[in-house]
Amino acid sequence: MSRSSRSRGRLAAAAALTTALTATACGGGTTTDGSSNDDPKTLTYWASNQGPSVEADKKILTPELKKFEKKTGIKVKLEVIPWDSLLDRILAATSSGQGPDVLNIGNTWSSSLQSSGGLLPWNKENFEKIGGRDRFEPSAVAAAGAKGEPPSAVPLYSLSYALYYNKEMFEKAGIDGPPKTWKEFDATAKKLTSDGRYGVAVEGGNPVENAHHAFIFAKQHGADFFDAEGNPTFDKPGNVKGVKQYIDLLANDKVAAPGNAEYAQNQTIKDVATGKAAMMLWQAAGSTLKPLGMKEDEYGVAPIPVQEGQQDAVNSMVAGINIAVFENTDNHDGAMEFVKFMTSDAEQKILNETYGSIPPVKPAQQDAAFGKHEQKVLREVLSNSSAPLPQVPNESQFETLVGTAMKELFADAAAGRTVTEGAVKQRLTKAQQQMQK
Amino acid sequence: MTATETPSSAAPSAPGGGERGGPPARRGLRRFLSARIRRGGLPYLLLLPALVLELLIHLVPIAVGVVMSFRELTNEYLRHWGDAPWRGLDNFRVAVDFDGSVGAALLKSFGVTCAFTILAVGLAWVLGAGASILMQDAFRGRGVLRALFLTPYALPVYAAVITWSFMLQRDNGLVNHVFHEQLGLTDEPSFWLIGGNSFLSLVVVSVWRTWPFAFLIITAALQNIPRDLYEAAAIDGAGIWQQIRKITLPSLRPVNQVLLLVLFLWTFNDFNVPFMLFGKAAPEAANLISLYIYKSSFLTWDFGTGAAMSVLLVLFLLLVTAGYLLATSRKKRGADV
Repeated sequence: MSRSSRSRGRLAAAAALTTALTATACGGGTTTDGSSNDDPKTLTYWASNQGPSVEADKKILTPELKKFEKKTGIKVKLEVIPWDSLLDRILAATSSGQGPDVLNIGNTWSSSLQSSGGLLPWNKENFEKIGGRDRFEPSAVAAAGAKGEPPSAVPLYSLSYALYYNKEMFEKAGIDGPPKTWKEFDATAKKLTSDGRYGVAVEGGNPVENAHHAFIFAKQHGADFFDAEGNPTFDKPGNVKGVKQYIDLLANDKVAAPGNAEYAQNQTIKDVATGKAAMMLWQAAGSTLKPLGMKEDEYGVAPIPVQEGQQDAVNSMVAGINIAVFENTDNHDGAMEFVKFMTSDAEQKILNETYGSIPPVKPAQQDAAFGKHEQKVLREVLSNSSAPLPQVPNESQFETLVGTAMKELFADAAAGRTVTEGAVKQRLTKAQQQMQK
Repeated sequence: MTATETPSSAAPSAPGGGERGGPPARRGLRRFLSARIRRGGLPYLLLLPALVLELLIHLVPIAVGVVMSFRELTNEYLRHWGDAPWRGLDNFRVAVDFDGSVGAALLKSFGVTCAFTILAVGLAWVLGAGASILMQDAFRGRGVLRALFLTPYALPVYAAVITWSFMLQRDNGLVNHVFHEQLGLTDEPSFWLIGGNSFLSLVVVSVWRTWPFAFLIITAALQNIPRDLYEAAAIDGAGIWQQIRKITLPSLRPVNQVLLLVLFLWTFNDFNVPFMLFGKAAPEAANLISLYIYKSSFLTWDFGTGAAMSVLLVLFLLLVTAGYLLATSRKKRGADV
């Protein structure tokens, strides 16, 4: 071969190498400090995906944003961001300083994002601008940041977990009402499991869902994933027991279909709506069940069961969506005005009713719209028997690591391997070791 | 590099053209020099925008990544990452401490990636070479087939891989529908996206995506092999296999050298396919190093350690590439003599 073709080969190789190298390199930008009012006429709002789809959210939110524009003359640019990329987007915005003015966050991230310093702290002065901290449900504000520090965001929609069940399947199996303890749950679920139909469906391939259930089940076994100093205690016996009990729905009790191990796109809700599974543990599922063709009187809602003999045990996390102002906003006053608008009694009523969630703003809760059975159950759970996820800076790591460990455990169980307590412990220990510091 | 002849009207003004009126001898020298610069410098001037962009888009981020790898860049310092404390080699120590959990997982992920790359690149090349050799001779429908083969390469990655992930679902996926329900090959529907099979799925989807590229490049290279070589060989009694071994493959050598390297780098670093197939929590059997680094930086918010792993990965790839180029070009030089 001639010399020129060889050097051409080298050139191409070098070009390929450069391309490959960039794939592994990381970029970044510089951060300018603080908020300003350089651009008082527009706002960018990142909304989380609350409705059945991103498009549905746009339809729901746009008329409300128009109202705000009419009132204040500020144009709001809306972007609805799916859950699986929202946190990445916020991280990128925080490190580059280029981001939205106002954004939604999952309330479990509050503390992690608080420590990154990218969100405007809600001290007394800021709360005053939107009508005062007293307007909000205290448990919802408590889940918006670490204890003793100004919250990193303001509660927008409150949610809690509940047991949703397909009434028709219950009737056919001759079951009177929803189970109250896990023992009753097991018996009920076994009765409902036959002919390719299952007692319960779980979202086993979704780490975040898994982590939430790990928290609830562990709480019922008297354990926490972090100690008082904020150090991880993933493999404490109570946590192992809690996680195992949840995995056993598929592994030991076999009341969940093996295929559930790879569910990560809300197939659980679909299964309950179509009668493939009778029960599920979910937050405010009503607004998603409706477009799947399930009418309000076709599904029942009850608090999640507790362990035998337990009373007032935790059976949900304080779930919810918070609204935050980005520290680097160039329309600080407009952003505050917008948060005030979104948390006003009128908007709280409209939005929470549409999404089937509970308004964290107390005056709005009195509305008749939230007296429906589903909302009543969620509200009672929220105020009586729910606890916030650990408000530590490492919380989002906990969700990822423990949730992923549980996904692997579900995969083992679905492949027919027995899941022992030892196996659960081993996975949780490994997850804990990956927590830095 | 060839010097480009420049029309004088388009020539840039000579550097230092502002200081006129030096001694005549010097002026002559300067004119001579500026003419040389004009002639020789233009190509470099034309290259300048590309060079600046190259610096901005490739080299600066790489440098930033290297700097990050020496710092403790966790969520506390995310906003002011200039203030993140220096950690020296600690991030690297964590990454290569194979007794520790992070290092052990990295090593395992590295092993998975190596196995995956060798299989995926090998299969993509064999398929690409096989198909292009079979389609070297003209026949009816060759154009249609060629276009069909290139389709996976033309499809947007996202759409294609999402379709695969639907097909690979256990309960409603097409793959199980065919294997389990129609052909009855398995007693139980299998999982393809979790557990051990996920490795297989990843290899298949990756080969499906990359082999058309191999096919395209080898098809192009085959056009350059003179037909009379084959005719002469046929007259000498060489069979089809001998023709492939003695004529086709040696002629493809320089192309293959680059092709394999490019495929290797693409496949080893592939993030899109596994991420879209498995989401953020990839099963262990298919936890490629790119995903693991993503998880180590974005999901545990420890960008310093993630950057350190990236730097190690780049060093490894540089080493392999240099070794590969050295080995292949030396062999060739030996063959030339």
